[in-house]
Amino acid sequence: MKYLCLVYLERDKLHAVPDRECQACGDGFRKSGLLVAAEALEPIDTATTVRVRNGKMSITDGPFAETKEQLAGFYLIEARDLNEAIQVASKIPPAREGSIEVRPVRQLNP
Amino acid sequence: MSATDSVHETVDAVYQSDSRRVLATLIRLLGDFDVAEEAMHDAFRAALEQWPKDGVPGNPRAWLVSAGRFKAIDGMRRQKRFDSLDEENHQADVAIIDSAAWADAESVEDDRLRLIFTCCHPALAFDAQVALTLREVCGLTTEEIGRAFLTPAPTLAQRIVRAKGKIRDARIPYQVPAPAELPERLEAVLRVVYLVFNEGYSASSGTALTRHDLSAEAIRLGRLVVELLPAPEAVGLLALMLLQESRRAARTSPSGEIVLLDDQDRSLWNREQIAEGSRLVRTALESRRFGPYTLQAAIAAVHAEAPEASATDWAEIVGLYDALLRLDDSPVIELNRAVALAMRDGPAAGLAAIDAIVARGDLRDYRLVHAARAEFCRRLGRTAEALAAYRKALALTRQEPERRFIERRIAEIGP
Repeated sequence: MKYLCLVYLERDKLHAVPDRECQACGDGFRKSGLLVAAEALEPIDTATTVRVRNGKMSITDGPFAETKEQLAGFYLIEARDLNEAIQVASKIPPAREGSIEVRPVRQLNP
Repeated sequence: MSATDSVHETVDAVYQSDSRRVLATLIRLLGDFDVAEEAMHDAFRAALEQWPKDGVPGNPRAWLVSAGRFKAIDGMRRQKRFDSLDEENHQADVAIIDSAAWADAESVEDDRLRLIFTCCHPALAFDAQVALTLREVCGLTTEEIGRAFLTPAPTLAQRIVRAKGKIRDARIPYQVPAPAELPERLEAVLRVVYLVFNEGYSASSGTALTRHDLSAEAIRLGRLVVELLPAPEAVGLLALMLLQESRRAARTSPSGEIVLLDDQDRSLWNREQIAEGSRLVRTALESRRFGPYTLQAAIAAVHAEAPEASATDWAEIVGLYDALLRLDDSPVIELNRAVALAMRDGPAAGLAAIDAIVARGDLRDYRLVHAARAEFCRRLGRTAEALAAYRKALALTRQEPERRFIERRIAEIGP
């Protein structure tokens, strides 16, 4: 089963964990066959929000809602169950600076 | 009494003693709480029909698990005939039917632990852990849980539905945690058990100070955990609950007023519970791997073993609180230590300890801080201060008997 581990960090902690460490973590997960994909994100001020209402597209600057912690990156992993996903999430280095939200991936039912 | 009636009684008795085990195993076999619950009820219904005709089977529990499993798979098959006949699902069915592993004694015993650890999984909201444990492990109805927790049944039902949804959708596994995770996960289980006990021991609001049923349920649950997983802290918690429970009859007067530990009629204490609790405390202490529950139980045991209040070994109690503070430096424990200190060294020492806690900014709105301060000031003859502190405590309490107790004190020393 796939789980998306969303990394949340406060603005001033976005670089608290060296990139080298995050890279190594992702490489380790990949070697263990746990990783589907992982990326870090640019800060929230680079974000653009797109909506379509009544067929008309609108574009606004920034995120939908301002929160203390922002989405800083993600690891999409493959785990047996939530217990394994929690174990994996606890090894993501920014867990010690911010928080990791573990969300099961939902299968679409087309 | 007709034969059918006596079989009905047998089915009732088996339901009382074994329905939770049957459910625990069915959840493992069927992989879903709701499906398993329905299967269990179907199985008991089948027992009511068949046992009067065929006789009570030699192993009723195994019969019920088989019947429940069969009914559920049959139901799934019928469902599938309406849906689709896809090959993958069909194979999953066959796997369930062919698996004979369910029957061996060890995995069946483990099922109850699996159920407890799943209901108390820290990924579930704490409220939901409590509700789910009482519902699935203890077999209480949603209405019973609602009454005990003064929570509307629909709110509780919703909590339980959400928790089951998360177990299913986030795939919380039905398993006993690996040894590395066990201490932390056991702590979560014990937290649920102790909350249930405390909710029954001293209701946080409402008119009844004690709600006996919940405490009894928590003790039953604590026994089950000890039976399945005799870790020192599980033993310590059971001891703590038994020792606290032993004083139940003495804690309130016939008119429902609070009786403080010092003033309790010790002949009303339950000697059997004290003996068992004290024995369990020793077992847990001897393990040398004990934690806060065991230490709290040890404190309760010192009280329980004193033939009268004046014979209490307060020095021992202060020492145990010191050990407890080294494990968990919570201000509430510090407050309790201050009370013990007052008993050992006099009210001035207790007052100084409490003032140090409050000066740090902790527990300012905690009713028992003000109640204890009031008590020490009263004993020191500082009446005005005592009155002010009693009034603060009164403003913060939500329990009716506690309110009356404080009002009585105010009337005694008031102008």
